Amino acid sequence: MPRTVLEPRFHLEHLSILDSEGHLDTALEPKLSPEELKSLYRAMVLGRRLDERMVRLQRQGRIGTFAPIKGQEASQMGSAFALRPTDWMVPSFREAAAMVWRGWPIEKLLLFFAGYVEGGQPAPGQRDLPITIPVATQLPHAVGLAYAAQYRGDDAVVMVFFGDGATSEGDFHEALNFAGVWQVPVVFVCQNNQWAISVPLKKQTHSKTIAQKALAYGVPGVQVDGNDILAVYAAAREAVDRARAADGPTLIECVTYRLGMHTTADDPTKYRSEEEVKMWEQKDPLTRFTAYLKERNLLDPGLEQQVDDEIGEAVRRFEATPPADPRTVFDHVYAEMPPHLRAQREELARRLEEAGTPPPPEPAAAPPRATPMRGQRLTRR
Amino acid sequence: MAVMTYREALNMALREEMRRDGRVFVIGEEVGLYEGAYKVTQGLLKEFGPRRVVDTPICESGFTGVGIGAAMVGLRPVVEMMTFNFAIIALDQIVNTAAKLHYMSGGQFNVPIVIRGPGGPAAQLAAQHSQSMETYFYHVPGLKVVRPTTPMDAKGLLKSSIRDDNPVIFIESETLYPVKGEVPEDPDFVIPLGKAVVRREGKDVTVIAYMGMMYRAMEVAEDLAKEGLSVELVDPRTLRPMDTETIIGSVRKTHRLVVVEAGAGFAGMGSEIASFVTEQAFDDLDAPVERVTGANAPMPYARNLEKLKTPSKDKIAAAVRRVCGANGG
Ligand SMILES: Cc1ncc(C[n+]2csc(CCOP(=O)(O)OP(=O)(O)O)c2C)c(N)n1
Ligand SMILES: [Mg+2]
Repeated sequence: MPRTVLEPRFHLEHLSILDSEGHLDTALEPKLSPEELKSLYRAMVLGRRLDERMVRLQRQGRIGTFAPIKGQEASQMGSAFALRPTDWMVPSFREAAAMVWRGWPIEKLLLFFAGYVEGGQPAPGQRDLPITIPVATQLPHAVGLAYAAQYRGDDAVVMVFFGDGATSEGDFHEALNFAGVWQVPVVFVCQNNQWAISVPLKKQTHSKTIAQKALAYGVPGVQVDGNDILAVYAAAREAVDRARAADGPTLIECVTYRLGMHTTADDPTKYRSEEEVKMWEQKDPLTRFTAYLKERNLLDPGLEQQVDDEIGEAVRRFEATPPADPRTVFDHVYAEMPPHLRAQREELARRLEEAGTPPPPEPAAAPPRATPMRGQRLTRR
Repeated sequence: MAVMTYREALNMALREEMRRDGRVFVIGEEVGLYEGAYKVTQGLLKEFGPRRVVDTPICESGFTGVGIGAAMVGLRPVVEMMTFNFAIIALDQIVNTAAKLHYMSGGQFNVPIVIRGPGGPAAQLAAQHSQSMETYFYHVPGLKVVRPTTPMDAKGLLKSSIRDDNPVIFIESETLYPVKGEVPEDPDFVIPLGKAVVRREGKDVTVIAYMGMMYRAMEVAEDLAKEGLSVELVDPRTLRPMDTETIIGSVRKTHRLVVVEAGAGFAGMGSEIASFVTEQAFDDLDAPVERVTGANAPMPYARNLEKLKTPSKDKIAAAVRRVCGANGG
């Protein structure tokens, strides 16, 4: 019996439109209006400046540990920019720029990293899930959201973010497998920043790319230059449109680099070389996009100041927040408060009162829910 | 009332809730075409179609996570575990997301999911398939944990669990599926979560048990009645949140307590019950609380050893006599 080549042959692309030398492939250049280009740029600058400010706040002990995004602005903003507000975004823990773009107030992000429960509450009606810390567990959730959208005939698309390290977790594979079998509208965005804390990509997987992992599940995979905002956007646009047209999920691998530390509790000089970091600094996504906009006369000279003012305002509001009320530890454990928790809450309130703390607020009422998948057509599946 | 099996009662609950609420759907391995490994989902695919009775690939963590995602945005998934022993693969999804999301999102997202399937000792299913899995879950704030003993409870509690806005762990039993009992046919019949039931009134001693152990304790109570010992039997039904009031009330009446559980005793349900009874009703106790538990070893495969590992009628009766100071009886 002869050996035969099986069909289908797998097909994998790498997409790059604007490289670090400033070369532009005009045939592939996405059609973005000047306003769109400017708002994309603003979101990236805001992401960068906020990141730098947050590192300082953490160093001063004003917020806790967090995962900086420096260097990954293009890969997250290019992706999230392809979403509608009625689509869902499911973050991991390194998407601050995209989260703010989607409508998380900056002070909520700060509150989150200062430990306030308010930081985990999206605005009512906002279709975003909160930050996920257990690596890759958010991927099946995204498939569930997409299944629910399909179930209700809602045309929402779900975009889920994760890192290169997350692709070694079972949940990554289970979610991709599900999405493939069900053909649900999910866009999987892997921010391959080369490192999972101190573990380099080559120790995470023997695959040449992460994009190719999709192929085993019958899902299209594409690798893009993750520091090229135009390429990321083009790939995301295509994937989001395909998902919305009921043509199924896509895996996008954004090849990027974490220029900063894993979290503020990490010292990357312990495990990677300065040359490597320098090499990637040459490919900074902001530098490249700035040059592109400069050539088109789209740079707004007051932008950085504007952005810093916005961040400054948010920091002031954040700092004006009183410390979290101890009584709230019992709130929201269950949808309703069971007797044993009510008893504990009352006991604590009594002791606080005896100690001269101001009287207890009523159990915090949950603000209106962010679950707006209602009233849509019931079609398909 | 109709007489039906525990399995049929569960099926009826699912069917009624799926008819009542278009957001309810069933998802798991073999739940559709095959109608469930233990046939609990019989006929559902035919009535509700593949959108609402969803066969999945074999991936407990994945389909639990998918259910959680769907629940976050308002659907009401009922996830079937082929047996609860496999739910450990989904433990992270259950403990770190289902139980935490409402808390961590300040009430913005809740997870109205039911995770159900059989658990506990059965007939020669061996060490990996006979575990009393409730202990893994009732430790976790944010989860509700239900163990329904009778067909009526199976129906009433499953319906309440589906309507509940929290994640509910609902553990049935392989050995109880064929057990028959009276079940109300009224589609509005529900049994609230968090309410224990006194299955037999008595005045000398309170015995707490659930699932197969309740049936065994019932036989013991009838036997001991012939010796003149009056046993009150309490079934907690919901292990979390637990109806401490009914239990304390019974102890205040009988002044003696025996807790029976099929699983290994260390840090088991009996430990918790003994502890809160001691805290809240120490002065009412006339004897130390006794626990009758499974041996602290994995479940053996051999039939004779399996029998030795689980609490026997003799052991239960001996404990009851001991707390009643009737050792010779
Ligand atoms: C299930 C789980 N295991 C381990 C961790 C600890 N941890 C946090 S981030 C991280 C590395 C993640 O790497 P990657 O997916 O590449 O994302 P990146 O941090 O590079 O954005 C690890 C191991 C965790 N949060 N969750
Ligand atoms: Mg990484």
